[in-house]
Amino acid sequence: MSLERVHDMNAEPDPILIAQKLTKLYGDRIGCRDVSFSLWPGEVLGVVGESGSGKSTLLRCLAGIDRPTGGEVMFRHADKPISLFDIPEPTRRKLMRTEWGIVHQNPRDGLRMDVSAGGNVGERLMDRGDRHYGKIRAAAIDWLTRVEIGEDRIDDRPRQFSGGMQQRLQIARVLVPEPRLVFMDEPTGGLDVSVQARLLDLLRVLVRDLGIAAVIVTHDLAVARLLTDRLMVMKDGAVVEEGLTDQVLDDPQHAYTQLLTSAVLAA
Amino acid sequence: MNTPHHDPDYNFGYLDEQTKRMVRRALLKAIAIPGYQVPFGSREMPLARGWGTGGIQITAALIGPADTLKVIDQGADDTTNAVSIRRFFERVSGVATTELTEDATIIQTRHRIPEKPLEAGQILVYQVPQPEPLRKLEPSEAETRKMHAWAEYGGMYVRLYEDIARYGHVATTYSYPVLVNGRYVMSPTPIPKFDNPKMDDMPALQLFGAGREKRIYAIPPYTSVKSLDFEDHPFTVQSWTEPCALCAANDSYLDEVITDDRGGRMFVCSDSSYCEDRRAKGHVGKELATAEALAYVGHVEGGSDVA
Ligand SMILES: Nc1ncnc2c1ncn2[C@@H]1O[C@H](COP(=O)(O)OP(=O)(O)OP(=O)(O)O)[C@@H](O)[C@H]1O
Ligand SMILES: [Mg+2]
Repeated sequence: MSLERVHDMNAEPDPILIAQKLTKLYGDRIGCRDVSFSLWPGEVLGVVGESGSGKSTLLRCLAGIDRPTGGEVMFRHADKPISLFDIPEPTRRKLMRTEWGIVHQNPRDGLRMDVSAGGNVGERLMDRGDRHYGKIRAAAIDWLTRVEIGEDRIDDRPRQFSGGMQQRLQIARVLVPEPRLVFMDEPTGGLDVSVQARLLDLLRVLVRDLGIAAVIVTHDLAVARLLTDRLMVMKDGAVVEEGLTDQVLDDPQHAYTQLLTSAVLAA
Repeated sequence: MNTPHHDPDYNFGYLDEQTKRMVRRALLKAIAIPGYQVPFGSREMPLARGWGTGGIQITAALIGPADTLKVIDQGADDTTNAVSIRRFFERVSGVATTELTEDATIIQTRHRIPEKPLEAGQILVYQVPQPEPLRKLEPSEAETRKMHAWAEYGGMYVRLYEDIARYGHVATTYSYPVLVNGRYVMSPTPIPKFDNPKMDDMPALQLFGAGREKRIYAIPPYTSVKSLDFEDHPFTVQSWTEPCALCAANDSYLDEVITDDRGGRMFVCSDSSYCEDRRAKGHVGKELATAEALAYVGHVEGGSDVA
């Protein structure tokens, strides 16, 4: 699978996302520092590391939510790279709603809790100018079905859903405008193991089927193994190792990665 | 028409000239950017905020000795609020006042647009309790400003979507949001959605004042005003199965009126001046006789004779 992906990447010479020496400081504290990488269309990149290593910080900068202290994020749009924090804010906000989406660790951050499931999914279509109720509703039903939420739940509010359903609803909301890139921050965090497994299966199918690129933050190496092509290992805000997921996990080079993988084996 | 005397203890129009200039500058800006909310330095008025002080300040800044003023509240000229605002302007400006829509040069209103189509040269001044149509979606003022600046109006359609999903139609019946000049989403104030189509392409100038929220906005004459809707759920207005019980109008907005304590009720024009005018012209609704007997309406010349 990974080799096939590498081959695909060669056929597609332009990365969709490039991070260059991305640094985010919170006063004296380092959020992340000097992170550089490229992501190609259809590729799934994992970011792993212990709590506080800067994963969420990195993701928020990449997604345009937080402005980095230094460095650059380049996104390929209309066949040319644009620098995410050099473009006007309205353009960036528009891209955030159409070209990429973010699945938050806490569904409350990514959903409108007082709006029905159908409205949550349909909002992104209305944002981009869709004005046909019947078509919006049909698209919402289609996406709810794809994330295994029954059509009969379309008019329920997220608070009437279980944690796993809320997470799936969030995923449907992010994917409905058919973005080219998604960011996911611990998409299976806080869920039961069995629910996690189903969600992972679903994510894998969706990401592969749609051919969208993804950056997935997790501290669960099993999740990384299942979903990602390539892996970055972060420690104290910096990337200490990166490579193809199988290689990094099976033959870690950096001492910290060795510790991380052995900790999982021991557990 | 009524011509009172200006109380010399007050500056003409109550506000000082400096304040009037400030309000007029905000008005000019508002007219230049249809539907855009312009901040202004709202003054204390001899009425509590929330009682139409925004509209009153606009009227005060515009009114001149040659004007004729009409004041309505919920469509009626004779409600307490309308009467006290009219008296206020009689006292501080001495201008003529009227109940006839066609005779007025300035009409200050709360909750209605007169039934009689307004003409070029007239000014309709709305009292605005809540100027921000996006407030229910977004509590932050900084954020709603960005949403307007960049025309991010998807969320407004989510509200309509939710209504249709739940009730099969858009349940909002007043303060129904509109798109002005194809650009800004605007709150039409709590008028019934029945009145929304009157705003579109209106020959008169429409001005909106929110005293508490310190905002002024405007619709210049002959400007496009469209109520938000979906292609497959087009905007519609309320309709009634029967005409006005007093004047038999079937093209006006009707209020329900309880006539006795045995469940008796009738539907009558909310625009009292329109209704009276029709009765004066000989139109007779099927409850007119009863209403006159109850002294709910005075006997109008040309109306039906009651025994
Ligand atoms: N808003 C903030 N203000 C100050 N410091 C912050 C802020 N957000 C994160 N940090 C700091 O930045 C560092 C990286 O935090 P971050 O949330 O990115 O870690 P993480 O890898 O996502 O951790 P976790 O696995 O627990 O979610 C930490 O030291 C954290 O305390
Ligand atoms: Mg985190």
